[in-house]
Amino acid sequence: MKRFKSEASLPVIGVIGLIIVWYVAVWYQIVDPVLLPSPTETFRAMWTGMLGGRLGFDFIMTVERTTLATLIAAAIAIPVGIFLGASEKLYRSVEFVVDFFRSTPASAMFPLFLVLFGVGDKTKISVAAFGAALVILFNVAYGVMNARKTRLLAAKVMGASRLRVLTDVMLLESLPQTFVGLRNGVSLALVIVVVAEMFIGSTDGLGHRVFEAQQLFAMPDMYAAIFAAGALGYGLNLLFLLVERRFVHWSGK
Amino acid sequence: MDRAKPVLRSLTGGASADTPANTRGSPSAHVTIRGLTKRFDDACVYDDFALDIPRGQLISVFGPNGCGKSTLINMIAGLIPADAGEILFEGKPLRAIKFGYVFQNYREALFPWLRSIDNIEYPLKLMKLSKGERRTRTERLVTNLGVKIDLHRYPYELSGGQQQLVSIMRALVVEPEILFLDEPFSALDYEMTLFMRDQLQRLFVETETTTVLVSHDLEEAVYLADRILLLSRGPARIADYVRYDAARLRTDATLSEPDFIRVKAHCLEVFQREVRKV
Repeated sequence: MKRFKSEASLPVIGVIGLIIVWYVAVWYQIVDPVLLPSPTETFRAMWTGMLGGRLGFDFIMTVERTTLATLIAAAIAIPVGIFLGASEKLYRSVEFVVDFFRSTPASAMFPLFLVLFGVGDKTKISVAAFGAALVILFNVAYGVMNARKTRLLAAKVMGASRLRVLTDVMLLESLPQTFVGLRNGVSLALVIVVVAEMFIGSTDGLGHRVFEAQQLFAMPDMYAAIFAAGALGYGLNLLFLLVERRFVHWSGK
Repeated sequence: MDRAKPVLRSLTGGASADTPANTRGSPSAHVTIRGLTKRFDDACVYDDFALDIPRGQLISVFGPNGCGKSTLINMIAGLIPADAGEILFEGKPLRAIKFGYVFQNYREALFPWLRSIDNIEYPLKLMKLSKGERRTRTERLVTNLGVKIDLHRYPYELSGGQQQLVSIMRALVVEPEILFLDEPFSALDYEMTLFMRDQLQRLFVETETTTVLVSHDLEEAVYLADRILLLSRGPARIADYVRYDAARLRTDATLSEPDFIRVKAHCLEVFQREVRKV
């Protein structure tokens, strides 16, 4: 029990280490104090910002956009991924297109989506959804294609129809890989949303907050917004991991 | 190689590749295979192959590596198509009968998202039986086999032997006419293998289901079998189809009986001859 406790507290060491280094850097003025405020100032800015300040509002806006983008992406990519993955030939025929656009930086698509959807939330969300959808699609399709052959045969030999094999075996077999896709997808969606909030005529969101704080030279606010974005990314990933552990209990076993 | 033949006439059955129907005094044929042909790319695995599998017996299939032991039962069980030939179950095609199939790799054959009991009931679900009927059948099977596993656990929470037992129960729950097992114990450690052999033997005695067992372990093949089907290298022929009539239940003592040793030695000799041929 004691050993478990001490191991669980190991990650704290890194956090404490970082804060100590930060304090030392500020104390000895290794970095220009204008550019690097002290941890205390930063956390105060974060605290007041998150509790009723602008930062809290911007945080919620980013959460909303990222969630919406991921939901749209999943709603499109999961069925399409299953459909494509169910036939390896079909997937091979669109594989290049999927891989090509998956490798295209989503930020390069902004101008195109701006023309399509105008300046506003629609563009931000749709670019993020586009990027996330391809990542999810790719993973779902591979999850379905890589379903264990023995398991498919086992279902077939027991008399399952092709449809039953798909619903009873392939879908469940692809779930662990689908979750990998969802986690990567939500991370990518967050990246795209934050970048979009910085530039295209935005008035809110974490990206906007970081950018505005930098323009105003409000460094504690800027760091606070960066940490808020980090916490959001980490939290979303953790959320999906917990959901996965709950629903895909057999993953990795 | 012909030297041994006269001595062994008493051991081996009348059936051979040429006259498979000639099974005097033995139970009626449950499975009849005629003209079976199968090619993989360039290799011809079966060419005009014929075999009778008697009803209510346990047949072990043994032979050199890559001779097509698994291919044979996979074709009989419809997992892979034959290029030509006919496989009938007392005149009926495969789709008209109920059968069970147990894979070597239980880890990949069971469904990890279902509890063990739901794994066992899955084929009953495919047969559209009600939940109550499914439970009744499963419980009957558990009682008959005297299984003492917590079936409400997930397969990955069980030991290898327990998982394979669940897998065998899943094959048996439909009350199959015929049961196929493809090297079912080869992924288990020796202790578990011994235990599982006896489990299989007990349930065979209990149900008298026609059983075809592919094995790579000669001792196991003989110990469990009523007849040992020895295959030659490709294209596979029946090198011998040896009877072993020792009374059941067989035990560890069986392994040192003269009859067992004699049959095993004969099978080994045939096997060696077939291996050296290439």
